[in-house]
Amino acid sequence: MNLHAVRAIYKFEMARTFRTLMQSIASPVLSTSLYFIVFGSAIGSRMADIDGVSYGAFIVPGLMMLSILTESISNASFGIYMPRFSGTIYEVLSAPISVLEILLGYVGAAASKSILLGTIILATARLFVPFTIEHPLWMLGFLILTSVSFSLFGFIIGIWADGFEKLQIVPMMVVMPLTFLGGSFYSISMLPPLWQKIALFNPVVYLVSGFRWSFYGTSDVSVSVSLMMTLVFLSLSSVAVWWIFKTGYRLKA
Amino acid sequence: METILEVRNLSKTYASGFQALKSVNLSIRRGEMFALLGPNGAGKTTLINIVCGIVRASEGSVLADGLDIAKDYRRVRAAIGLVPQELHTDMFETVWDTVKFSRGLFGKPPNQEYLERVLSDLSLSDKKKSKIMTLSGGMKRRVLIAKALSHEPSILFLDEPTAGVDVELRRSMWEMVRKLRERGVTIILTTHYIEEAEEMADRVGVINKGELVLVEDKHVLMQRMGKKQLRVELKSPLAALPASLNGGRALTLEPDGKSLLYTYDTQSDDTGIPSLLADLGKSGIEIRDLSTQQSSLEEIFVSLVRSGS
Repeated sequence: MNLHAVRAIYKFEMARTFRTLMQSIASPVLSTSLYFIVFGSAIGSRMADIDGVSYGAFIVPGLMMLSILTESISNASFGIYMPRFSGTIYEVLSAPISVLEILLGYVGAAASKSILLGTIILATARLFVPFTIEHPLWMLGFLILTSVSFSLFGFIIGIWADGFEKLQIVPMMVVMPLTFLGGSFYSISMLPPLWQKIALFNPVVYLVSGFRWSFYGTSDVSVSVSLMMTLVFLSLSSVAVWWIFKTGYRLKA
Repeated sequence: METILEVRNLSKTYASGFQALKSVNLSIRRGEMFALLGPNGAGKTTLINIVCGIVRASEGSVLADGLDIAKDYRRVRAAIGLVPQELHTDMFETVWDTVKFSRGLFGKPPNQEYLERVLSDLSLSDKKKSKIMTLSGGMKRRVLIAKALSHEPSILFLDEPTAGVDVELRRSMWEMVRKLRERGVTIILTTHYIEEAEEMADRVGVINKGELVLVEDKHVLMQRMGKKQLRVELKSPLAALPASLNGGRALTLEPDGKSLLYTYDTQSDDTGIPSLLADLGKSGIEIRDLSTQQSSLEEIFVSLVRSGS
């Protein structure tokens, strides 16, 4: 295995994060803090508990998930799109490096950033609302699994995109609405029966539900179903990446 | 001499239907400097990009050091360095970070001393901490060369490395390329400056419309295909070329009437020079001086490309 290459890509990508600290870390932390102030402290104090959890604490997993999903996609897609855009991808394509090693470098770095960001948001949330984590290992597991899966998805978007606009379309127009409608701010059980059924077609419901379960032990859907759906998403993304490199789609003429 | 790179029946047709390479066969010898010449769109870059793994071949195979570039891509690519035609750089990175990245990407452990030497050879030491975006075009080109050399390749592809580079920088670059060849690095270059190929290359390949028109030792090529011209300077100018001299010869009188130009084939048994001089004597035309001139690689290249089109 070309570990030097994995390390080179990983360090390069992480260096980019720290070079753009305001955009990579500070900005999502600030926007999440604002959510906590508005929905957690201000409005949340006037809302009833959900499943025995105060509203401010209830939205912590959903808000974390919202940031993790959008940032994983954004970081990974940008990470691979930029070399394509600037032309420096020639170096990666001509290097003695396998698909797995490329993914470990790019997706590994994007996932690391998301995990770091998630941890910072968790610490920030603690400043605004008290909460507990019933299953910390599961919480960590879901955090890592979701970060990796959506970084992989972002990597695919970064290869598919042929302009900066397309790079933003999926996170802004698809992922964010799905996350808002995926139970980040409410329990699916609060919806009318028909919408509860429709919501189950939203993959983010399973992510938020599983993640929330790791915090409070309550969930909209069974935790095993949440885990399975996350793994299905990871598998689908892996197959797509395998196909991209096999066919050279948008990478090799 | 031992072959280091073997291109066999290599063809490439792009998705658009454009056939960039048509069954190209080529052998590159270890340690040589090979110049690949051809007009724009001839297939030079496609050929290089296939060998380097950036473009997929439609048909054919390439062996580097006896290893298939697709099956043994790790070993093959670790031995190859590429300086691309376009100035593709990470503009927000520093020079040092980008060459360190390249070395790691190609599987080599860090080696500060070696990288410092590469930068020094390319007169980039004082730009080590500069961001690439602040450098001039010529400097960026040097950075690309430094990146290509960062993993100590034994085969180096230079795709138009001196395009847009000023004369002084070009000279220092070629000086470095010469040193690399002395160290045993095999160099394959494409260039628009044919005089560079003429000066530097051991062998020359001409590619046109995806086909390799010829591959030849540079000196043999220039001897075989080159024409020579004999310039005869006259003591007294002539108003017109006398009919007695014009018997089927490639002879012209310069507009000022002071010189005659005779073009002849160096490979021919009879160059026609003795009979020309004899006829000049018979006609009473006195000679002031004689000189010969060999046609350049550029002229040969142009005639080859024209005859192919």
